[in-house]
Amino acid sequence: MLKDITLGQYFPGNTPIHRLDPRTKLIMVIVYIVALFSAEWVVSYAIVLAALTAVVLISRIEPKVILRSIKPLLFIIVLTGLLNLFYTQGTPLVSFWIFTISREGVFSAVFMILRISMLITGTFMLTYTTSPIALTDGLERLLNPLKRIKVPVHELSMMMCIALRFIPTLIEETDKIINAQKARGADFETGNLLQRAKALVPILVPLFISSFRRADELAVAMECRCYHGGEGRTRLKELHYRPADVAVLAGGLVFMAGIIVLGAFGL
Amino acid sequence: MTQPAIAVENLTYDYPGSEETPSVQVFEGLNLEIEEGSFVAVLGHNGCGKSTLAKHFNAILLPTGGSVHVYGLDTQDEALLLAIRQQVGMVFQNPDNQIVANVVEEDVAFAPENLGVPPAEIRARVDEALRLVGMFQYRTHAPHMLSGGQKQRIAIAGVIAMRPKCIVLDEPTAMLDPQGRKEVLATIRRLNREQHITVVLITHHMPEAVLADRVVIMSDGGILTDGTPKEVFTQVELLRAAGLTVPETTQLLYALNQDGYQLPLDALSVEECAQTLRDFLTEA
Repeated sequence: MLKDITLGQYFPGNTPIHRLDPRTKLIMVIVYIVALFSAEWVVSYAIVLAALTAVVLISRIEPKVILRSIKPLLFIIVLTGLLNLFYTQGTPLVSFWIFTISREGVFSAVFMILRISMLITGTFMLTYTTSPIALTDGLERLLNPLKRIKVPVHELSMMMCIALRFIPTLIEETDKIINAQKARGADFETGNLLQRAKALVPILVPLFISSFRRADELAVAMECRCYHGGEGRTRLKELHYRPADVAVLAGGLVFMAGIIVLGAFGL
Repeated sequence: MTQPAIAVENLTYDYPGSEETPSVQVFEGLNLEIEEGSFVAVLGHNGCGKSTLAKHFNAILLPTGGSVHVYGLDTQDEALLLAIRQQVGMVFQNPDNQIVANVVEEDVAFAPENLGVPPAEIRARVDEALRLVGMFQYRTHAPHMLSGGQKQRIAIAGVIAMRPKCIVLDEPTAMLDPQGRKEVLATIRRLNREQHITVVLITHHMPEAVLADRVVIMSDGGILTDGTPKEVFTQVELLRAAGLTVPETTQLLYALNQDGYQLPLDALSVEECAQTLRDFLTEA
């Protein structure tokens, strides 16, 4: 079950999307989110959805993977959909007991479900197609101006990189601990919410302790490899903007502006 | 005489204590020299101080008393820290806790990146290091998808990319299956023979120590005995007293000796042992 978590995973590939500069992709994600939240009606949603589908197709990320990434959030998505369905005022469509479903409610529920799913998929496309090192590198470069006001940009991006690197390792470890505790008769499946939450303690404690030990060992190993902060560091893959990046950025801005304009017209 | 790769003189080290627990002294004036280009195995049971000693070889720990010189550089001198760590690479037990990046080649590039090597040169070093450990075809893989032996070879490549003259491996095979163990040992041996990298292999696994040119046995923070594998492993009583087992071949020959047969003990490989037994039988 834990193996299904695809958060922060990277799927190596050599598609045009993979080859884009991580800075471009980071900016495009922001552009995409702005566009998605400016979308108002079927036309603009259709355009954003089409753009997302194009990106997914070009990057050759399997739809299976995307569905799997949405699955853990299904509950939230459905709940938000239902709330929108019942709580939106408007022309009543059906009405039973204390519930009324309005025409507007149906639309807003559908849009909300679409919006959240598209938000997840769109942002995950970034980590699916960008290696964590490239991603943190891009983030570090984008945030570089903040170094002037003493923001530890390099340290933050290094931390993020290591966190991403250890996600699969820690998931594996959690699985192992769960199995070990189950083998000693721990019960994670029955009981009420409080009991289940209590049952997590014997998983979290060993997980935390082992994470601290790992962190300690990793720090020594990094020191052994001459790590001494961001000063004077070079990169295997230097970031360079290419014509494709400029084109994508320009296209992205036009796309965002278009959606905002469409939204303003209520389309 | 040429300068030794690592020279440890009269080393003492205190593990700092706290208010309740007193500090613990690990070594009592330990002396050791590692020759350039040699393959040295350091053996000892748990808690004998071998890992602590290893951490002195690249200034992760600094001596409380005495000195450690690495290619003539004093590890106490903070200005030389990077130079020392670049000369003496270190590989640890758990490969998972040494790998920094999500892609093999980016992990191998980590050390040269820290050293400020230009990108084109990093690329050359990464490719070279990955070829040396036989992992070049895996350069774009994610480390967590690889086997333990493969991950440990990546960790070795990550150290080799610094172009060190010496690598210290602290029980690199302890968490590996027999296959992974074989891969890692073959890699270490090749680096020593072909690239003339000085190797210090810390282990408590006897058959691994047999591969070395020289074996140093540690016990209770001191050096018990030191010599070629044949010299060391024939001292069966001494090793047993230190809580160490001897290689199976030596064990067999020793048992036969106990039963009154006059056999030399210095056959460390199965083939040598078989030869010794055959010679003995044909004579008799």
